[in-house]
Amino acid sequence: MKKSYQSLEDNPTNNMIQVIYRHLASKIPYLGLVILLTFSTSLSAQEGDPVKGKTIFNTNCASCHNLDRKMTGPALRNVESRLEDEQGLGRDWLDKWIRNSAGLIKSGDAYANQVYNEYNGTAMTAFPQLEDQDISDILAYTAEPAKEKVVVDEVTSGGGGSSEGGISSKLILGALAILFALLAIALILVRKTLNRFAEEKGIEAAQKDKSLPIWKAFVQNQFLVLVTVIFFLLASAYFVYGYLSQIGVDQGYEPVQPIHYSHRIHAGDNGIDCKYCHSSARVSKHSGIPSLNICMNCHKSIYQVADETQQEGMDEYGVDYNAEIQKLYKAVGWDEAEQTYTGVTEPVKWIRIHNLPDFAYFNHSQHVEVAGVQCQTCHGPVEEMEVMYQHAPLTMGWCINCHRETNVNVEGNAYYTKIHDELSKKYGVDKLTAAQMGGLECGKCHY
Amino acid sequence: MKSVFKIVVVLMVFASVVSCQKNSRPNYQFMPNMYEPVSYEAYQESDAFPGGVEAQLPAEGSIPRGGHMPFEIANTNDGYQLAKSSLMSPLDSTQIDRLRAGQLYDIYCGICHGKKGDGKGTLVKREKILGVPSYDDAGRAITQGSIYHTIYYGKNAMGSYANQLNEEERWQVVNYVLELKADLEK
Repeated sequence: MKKSYQSLEDNPTNNMIQVIYRHLASKIPYLGLVILLTFSTSLSAQEGDPVKGKTIFNTNCASCHNLDRKMTGPALRNVESRLEDEQGLGRDWLDKWIRNSAGLIKSGDAYANQVYNEYNGTAMTAFPQLEDQDISDILAYTAEPAKEKVVVDEVTSGGGGSSEGGISSKLILGALAILFALLAIALILVRKTLNRFAEEKGIEAAQKDKSLPIWKAFVQNQFLVLVTVIFFLLASAYFVYGYLSQIGVDQGYEPVQPIHYSHRIHAGDNGIDCKYCHSSARVSKHSGIPSLNICMNCHKSIYQVADETQQEGMDEYGVDYNAEIQKLYKAVGWDEAEQTYTGVTEPVKWIRIHNLPDFAYFNHSQHVEVAGVQCQTCHGPVEEMEVMYQHAPLTMGWCINCHRETNVNVEGNAYYTKIHDELSKKYGVDKLTAAQMGGLECGKCHY
Repeated sequence: MKSVFKIVVVLMVFASVVSCQKNSRPNYQFMPNMYEPVSYEAYQESDAFPGGVEAQLPAEGSIPRGGHMPFEIANTNDGYQLAKSSLMSPLDSTQIDRLRAGQLYDIYCGICHGKKGDGKGTLVKREKILGVPSYDDAGRAITQGSIYHTIYYGKNAMGSYANQLNEEERWQVVNYVLELKADLEK
């Protein structure tokens, strides 16, 4: 007995030790590489600091260069050693290129012209302000080995931990359910045994009276019947009225969109203004669904979400955000490898959520620009919505309520000063509501 | 026992009725012909156009009402240099609306370029978008013409903002960016 138990316990520890060794073993060559590379750069130029280099790289280079991906410009991992090996070009060439690439191209340098043409004649911004030390730092950063493996390990371990949490809460719930079931069974059993005892001892359980059953007594009492009937009629009228009045009201409508777009991440976490994407809300009747080129303003460079975000999406919402970005690329016809548009596009069939009936007129620009109403007033806490839904009922009563309660900002509006003054006098108030300015007239919305 | 069974049945029916309420489809409409428009609505699907999309680009060369003339300078390096050296703002000092320009800047530019134009907007701080330059960057030495060209066509990782800002708004933003640049250079 003890033996098998021990061997069971031994096995996992053995495995653990192996895992640790494997990580160490895989890290040793990396460490060696880091040391080697830092020494090699220090031989050719001043010693570069990869940490500082990362900061400089992120502020100056990252808009066009990624370490491992082609963007506007080429991938820059190990650029110095690659140039040395493949083109025989040294640090002085890189210095010239970074400080003034246009000058180098004009001077007729063969490789400079080759790169320039390869990237469709995109001119690299000149960085004359970068010191030798800065460039060394950047090159040290680009010479760092890729960290992909470590990242993957972190993701899987993180996933294990959180899914364990899910399992444990389910376990607790299951245990509780079983406990309650057991209690119920116990109660039934106790009752049964008690009954049996009673029978054996010849005690009769409390006998029921042989008087009128309650329903017969009820039927005989006509007043009670009348009251009940009236009650039921009123109650059913209430429910029928409630059912009829919600016909055509789509409050809570939450369709599944063709591309899962999280307002929570974009407007909430990243704080992007609503009007960044829905720019036509400022100037037109409609608050437009943004065209895909607006997505590409950012997603040209954001090709995948952060690992934590991805994990959160998988765990909490069951959504693979990176796959959704790929859907966007497919729809807009973006070739990730070549960083160009292929021209093959397919329109995304977004499902419209907020839709007023055709007999009611509503204008976004009037509310957003003129009145300065926040989008959330009608659309609810969009910045917290993972899936967009209709927050407000969009009924006429709801419109009118707001028009009655909302004060109009009349200050600094020279154009309407006179009419504002007269209306204030007429109603005897300082602040006018939208209703007092005619916001309840039928023809304002129905024509 | 029979009554328990009945209660369970009633509860199950109630539960199934309640769970039938689905939020993934719109509610019923009464007399939908009063609800649905006869004319085309924005973003409506239609067989009349390729791809079934009713929203179409205007024909090439069309000029919108309000007198916004087409932008003639090309989206090339030469065009950029030409704009940088020669393109001037049509707004005079009386037409500059700093308040509105600031609001537009904060919505469309500030999220990356930062409210002060130092290249440290929210998205940059959260490391979503990197490499956003400060407006006082010496290597770029932006001018009003180059700013307008960049807003119109985009540059490098930055996309075009021509469809989010109209011509007048673009020039307002250009002016605001120049002000931020001057503040940064102080």
